[in-house]
Amino acid sequence: MKKNEKVKSHEPFFHISKRTDISLKQGIIVRIIAILLALAVCGIVTKLFTGDDPISIFKTVFQGAFGTGRTLVTIHEIAILLCVSLAVTPAFRMRFWNTGAEGQVLIGCLSTAMCMFYLGGKVPDGMLILIMAIFAVLSGIIWAVIPAFFKAHWGTNETLFTLMMNYVAIQLIEFFLKIADKSGSNVVGPDLLSHGWFPRLFGENYILNIIIVAVLTVLLYIYLNYSKHGYEISVVGESENTARYIGINVKKVIVRTMALSGAICGIAGLLLVGGASHSIDSNLADGRGFTAIMVAWLAKFNPVTMVLTSLLIVFLERGADEVSSKFGLNADFAEILTGIILFFIIGCEFFINYKINFNHKKNSVKEDK
Amino acid sequence: MDAIAQFISRAILQGTPLLYGATGEIITEKSGNLNLGIPGIMYIGAISGVIGGFFYQNGADRVEPFLAVLIPLLCCMFGSIVTSLLYCFLTITLKANQNVTGLAITTFGVGFGNFFGGSLIKILKSDVPYLSLVKIAQAYKTPIFPFAEDMSSIGKMFFSYGFMVYFAVIIAVVSGFVLKKTKAGLHLRAVGENPATADAAGINVTLYKYLATTVGGMIAGLGGLFYIMDYSNGIWSNNGFGDRGWLAIAIVIFSIWKPSMSILSSYLFGALYILFNYINVPMTYIPLIQMLPYAVTIIVLIATSVRKKRENQPPASLGLSYFREER
Repeated sequence: MKKNEKVKSHEPFFHISKRTDISLKQGIIVRIIAILLALAVCGIVTKLFTGDDPISIFKTVFQGAFGTGRTLVTIHEIAILLCVSLAVTPAFRMRFWNTGAEGQVLIGCLSTAMCMFYLGGKVPDGMLILIMAIFAVLSGIIWAVIPAFFKAHWGTNETLFTLMMNYVAIQLIEFFLKIADKSGSNVVGPDLLSHGWFPRLFGENYILNIIIVAVLTVLLYIYLNYSKHGYEISVVGESENTARYIGINVKKVIVRTMALSGAICGIAGLLLVGGASHSIDSNLADGRGFTAIMVAWLAKFNPVTMVLTSLLIVFLERGADEVSSKFGLNADFAEILTGIILFFIIGCEFFINYKINFNHKKNSVKEDK
Repeated sequence: MDAIAQFISRAILQGTPLLYGATGEIITEKSGNLNLGIPGIMYIGAISGVIGGFFYQNGADRVEPFLAVLIPLLCCMFGSIVTSLLYCFLTITLKANQNVTGLAITTFGVGFGNFFGGSLIKILKSDVPYLSLVKIAQAYKTPIFPFAEDMSSIGKMFFSYGFMVYFAVIIAVVSGFVLKKTKAGLHLRAVGENPATADAAGINVTLYKYLATTVGGMIAGLGGLFYIMDYSNGIWSNNGFGDRGWLAIAIVIFSIWKPSMSILSSYLFGALYILFNYINVPMTYIPLIQMLPYAVTIIVLIATSVRKKRENQPPASLGLSYFREER
């Protein structure tokens, strides 16, 4: 009833203000609503292309992720994505937009594979795994610190720099493939990388990888929330000027934090080659470096919440894969569904960070969507 | 001499999609939006054009060259505009993080392109064996200068292409002019440098950001269309477009945010992209040559930031959302 009056008085219908007071519960409710809406849209899209009924679609999705013999693979996929997401987190907490996780993982893969290829059989396997780990971590650090160094000293745009480093890493792998396998194939497989495989625990592959990532998650959570370094990262992220004012060496923090990011990416590369595929090709990281950015962001850069967000993404991807193979559709269907979910979650952040105030109505906060 | 002319021709064809992408991204970045969704938008532009063309080629009795060009072109523009608007809505209106939104758009766009490229026939239950738009590609590829046929190889190097090659150059030149010489361009650059100041000066920041990002996205989408219709003869192959979208973003840096520079840099990158076919190196070293465009971009990026020449810097507010009440 007041609507008409408002239009007449030429006042804006509403205005937006920032809010800092949202409770955890409200925040979670908004996100859950967003995810449910997104799933509904995904369901409609899937129905459109397959003509299957929704319950059957859901069964297929679940089958794809946790069907017989798939659970362990799915958990491993979650672990690897989680590992890369953990890697990008420290840098993102200080607002360093590292889009180069893909390349940092790949360079970790490359050095692992090179150790396996050149040293395999020449040193004991236990020793080899140690060497692989050292080189993977070192190469990840190098790949991350180069852009960080230039960012810290000359303000070079880190988003673009790290992005370019990805492609340098890809071509380096291609170069290695051509050297290692003279037949010109696009992959160096387990037959050439036959040493330095991670031991199987409990008679299963992947278990060691999953344990390593679980430990990393806890360690990173502690590091970010309860250590002096973690505090410094948060301050630099909030305001570089404040950080400088209270005596934090910003340059040092940037380089150190990116070194940590790179090191974890290197570990992800190590796990991928040494603990899972035992082969290398330039697509081994499979876009995880980019997906991880979204996973980490969705979890608000909290390592523990990240377990859930990586579960969500991997569940969807594997589920959608199953749907598309069942109906003979293209496997990229998964990317469309992931995209839809991401759009909704990205959009819903607005309703968490901002408040829409409708004029002439006191204390009326509207939160649709 | 012929060989060189032929090499340059191939480089120009290879560079044209990059030029569209780079021009679009420059306009977008000038408004302060770092649209990492450009690679996805180029895929969406391409597949939208393909879908439009597919319906026309299989629906019409006879393929009229004019319509064969126009329909995919409009569809492509529509697809990339809608996607750009989604990006704008999320980053400008809802103030979402630009990097995350851009990457989500790219994930979505590449998936969208490959999905429809791979499944369109299946979904429509069509009886054609594979997605091929040869007749439409013919219309796109027809040289607009008919006399080029009789010219020497040097003449062909300049005059033998379909209209989209020239269109890309015209767009780049015009956008360079608009950005540098007109009031709208000045306003746009002001928005990209410091939206708060621009806002205080009475410039409609939201409008400029929306417009620049949408127009930029539309231009980039044309690059995808060119790649399919002209470069690959109307035949869609999944992931065929590859990493060209990212290369376009590299060119933006390489041409230090100047559209006129982007023409030559696109052709240069196009040349680097195919160089390995023309020089005699062992197979092993080809990846090192393919690395060149990216390595060169990194060097330019470092050099511009170290030299700190004011006119060569990225727009100051690049990648940041603007919220008026934030201080």
